[in-house]
Amino acid sequence: MQLTQVLTYALRRLLQAVPVVILIMVGTFLLLKLAPGDTVDALVGDMGGADAAYIARLRAEYGLDQPVWVQLGRYMAKLIQFDFGWSFVYEQPVAAILWERLGTTLMLMGTSLSLAFSIGVGLGAIAARRAYSLTDNAISTLGLIFYATPSFFLSLMMILLFSVKLGWLPVSGLSDVAAFYTGWDHVIDVVLHLIMPTAALSLIYLSFYLRLMRASVLEVADLDFVRTARAKGAGETRLMIHHIMRNALLPVVTLLGLQFSTVLGGSVVVETIFALPGLGQLAYQSVIQRDMNMLMGIIFLCAIIVVIVNFLTDLLYARLDSRIALK
Amino acid sequence: MITTSRSACGSAWGWLLAGAAVSALAGPAAAQEPRHGGTAIIHMPSEQRILNPALRASTGVYNITGKIMEPLIDKSYDGPVGVLATDWSSTDDGLHITVNLREGVNWHDGEPFTCDDVAFSAMELWKPLLNYSSTLQQYLESVDCTDPHTAVFNYSQPMPLDLFVAAMPDLGHPVPKHLYEGTDIMRNEHNTAPVGTGPFKFVEYKRGQYVIAGRNDDYWRGKEYPYLDRIVWRFIPDKSAAAAAIEAGEIHESGFNGVSMADIERFSKMDGFDVGTQGYENNVAHSTVEFNHRNPILADLKVRQAIYHGLDIDYAIKTIMRGYAKPGRGPIPSAGGANYTDDVTTYAYDPELAKKMLDEAGHPEGPDGIRFKLRHRPAPWGEYTQLWAEYFAQAMKEIGIEVEILTNDAPGFLNGVYRDHDFDTANGWHQFRSDPAVSTMVWLRSGSPAGTPWSNQFGWQSDEMDRMIDEAQAELDPDQRAADYHAIQKLAMEEIPVIFAIEHPFISVTSQKLHNHHNTPRWNSSSWYDLWLEK
Repeated sequence: MQLTQVLTYALRRLLQAVPVVILIMVGTFLLLKLAPGDTVDALVGDMGGADAAYIARLRAEYGLDQPVWVQLGRYMAKLIQFDFGWSFVYEQPVAAILWERLGTTLMLMGTSLSLAFSIGVGLGAIAARRAYSLTDNAISTLGLIFYATPSFFLSLMMILLFSVKLGWLPVSGLSDVAAFYTGWDHVIDVVLHLIMPTAALSLIYLSFYLRLMRASVLEVADLDFVRTARAKGAGETRLMIHHIMRNALLPVVTLLGLQFSTVLGGSVVVETIFALPGLGQLAYQSVIQRDMNMLMGIIFLCAIIVVIVNFLTDLLYARLDSRIALK
Repeated sequence: MITTSRSACGSAWGWLLAGAAVSALAGPAAAQEPRHGGTAIIHMPSEQRILNPALRASTGVYNITGKIMEPLIDKSYDGPVGVLATDWSSTDDGLHITVNLREGVNWHDGEPFTCDDVAFSAMELWKPLLNYSSTLQQYLESVDCTDPHTAVFNYSQPMPLDLFVAAMPDLGHPVPKHLYEGTDIMRNEHNTAPVGTGPFKFVEYKRGQYVIAGRNDDYWRGKEYPYLDRIVWRFIPDKSAAAAAIEAGEIHESGFNGVSMADIERFSKMDGFDVGTQGYENNVAHSTVEFNHRNPILADLKVRQAIYHGLDIDYAIKTIMRGYAKPGRGPIPSAGGANYTDDVTTYAYDPELAKKMLDEAGHPEGPDGIRFKLRHRPAPWGEYTQLWAEYFAQAMKEIGIEVEILTNDAPGFLNGVYRDHDFDTANGWHQFRSDPAVSTMVWLRSGSPAGTPWSNQFGWQSDEMDRMIDEAQAELDPDQRAADYHAIQKLAMEEIPVIFAIEHPFISVTSQKLHNHHNTPRWNSSSWYDLWLEK
């Protein structure tokens, strides 16, 4: 894999991504406009009412009195300059809020996915090597339970046990606000706050990887090249890590790539229950509030992340299986 | 029911005090001596975003900003009390209201509070920009400062002093002129970092997480106030998680039904928590049934009466509100003071009578047992409105009316009912804001343009009602004004343009570590200068 080759490939993918992103943005804008009501309705609902003149004034100020295509044109013209606009709900620039929220979500999703991926792959491989043994049954059953437990239920049960009954972990939030920790105390405080949400979020992903990895390893282990490698005298460990795992990982990596794209949307429930200020919760609130600029900003961010992750997944493919070429 | 739960609360506190007296006699543990210091942590189910009560009239905003910014007048259980105002009077023609302002009060940035701030706030924010207030102050012409601590409000139409005073706790928060003058008021940075005169100073607003306010050492009530060092409001959207946080001691108070009714009932039976409706006398709401009178079936009074007879209000109060409510008696709740009367027509639960009336109105049961169908929009304002809608559908089924529930979110509901009039019946709730003129009358007065939420968009118009409302609003004599509102209430219960079915205050769950809590009729919105926290 030459560097120039990768760069040309990246450039081509980037050019291809531009019309895709524009299409997504226009489509979403129009789709969101189909929902009944706008952000002024939501704001007035929050306030407990306002008179007609007040409502008309707000609407004019937000540019919502213009025809939809004018609004769309104005938005796209701004977006081309990477100006995400102003959130009328938060009374702040959209970019500032997105930036603030992105950190929390990336931290939560990053730890959950890496935890789920490493443990899931490990357990899946062990289960496959000892297929149909007691260990395999135990691991598979566990996977099934994780898979079948909804995250909101798991979250609330964990809160009940670890916070209310045992008092070991804080119920919700990102840190203990009233404690004013600094330095390492703050880090430890944040870690303690993230244990339950990470667990709640990673278990379902873990079960995905576990089941997929188990099936994949079982399949690869029967292939001819594994028999050849064994005939040539490769040890079991080398066989497993070098020959089987590397090939069995392909479908799991595909799934990881797909799921990473759901980073922004996948954690609405967990973020809401644990009161974590992440993008999932923000997206949900923005729909309720009809906060167009915010929602468009989130979708733009999502679109970009999907494009990047797909690109990285393709690179990883080429690395794992040299038969796949970057074209 | 309200009085029962209130007296239950009162007696619980009485018991606490008695217990304290005993322990004070018994030993050195003087537990009830207010303690200085500590951080009170308060639950907020939703984020407020704008922290300026002179721009957003909403209890959620007051819950936070009430500690930082103070109104001219607040409410106590003994009536109105001056906060930034010391006294007030009106000329006989009701056109000029003079308010004397407190001297020696400083804004949190050290500048003195004067009449200029009041005049600026009234003319630049309260009249043009503040929801609800723009109706109240529509005839406000100017505010004169005869001296730095005397403000004269000049009106072009008579303004009843009663109404002015009743509105001030919610709609009378001055902002510092020197920080707002010459700026874009809607975009002013202090809208999210408020500067006020209150016992607590704004410290930090972390979006999606919390707001912190810290002690104001220069508070005008004296060095001993406030008792608390700090207040933190935490945003926890999930009601179950909030209940767990209260139970784990991470939260000291959750107001405005911030947790589910099941949890409220659970907390009321647990040690260490005060649960009740005290402190919400100023924040009573009605659960309603709203009719679209454009539908000829519903335009028939007999049908509306039959529907009222078909509703078992006591059952709904018991199962949905768990007893923390009472039957409604028209547009003014019993918390409305002198303007309230219970001498009105009522409609007892009687499904047989309801069926008979529907037969007489020309709507016999069809072969499938159904007389007619209604499309019903429930407001998505949480537990009460959802369950009340389900109960309504169920109760109507029993008298042969099929109700189809169209579920929608807030913008969908507000547009569907108040702009597009695309409904037969709807249910929501409407908060009473201490005076009928600035709250429930808009439900009955015709003439609001389509798209005004919580107004008469029901296609119901009565010249008599319109005239009575206008007269009451301009009436200066308090006794005559009360009589006018009684008459309006009677007419509303006879004509039933809207069923004000149930009145309910909000409910709060408070840790007993907090003291002096819920001691005013709008406690969650008040300044909490005397609130203290046990170790």
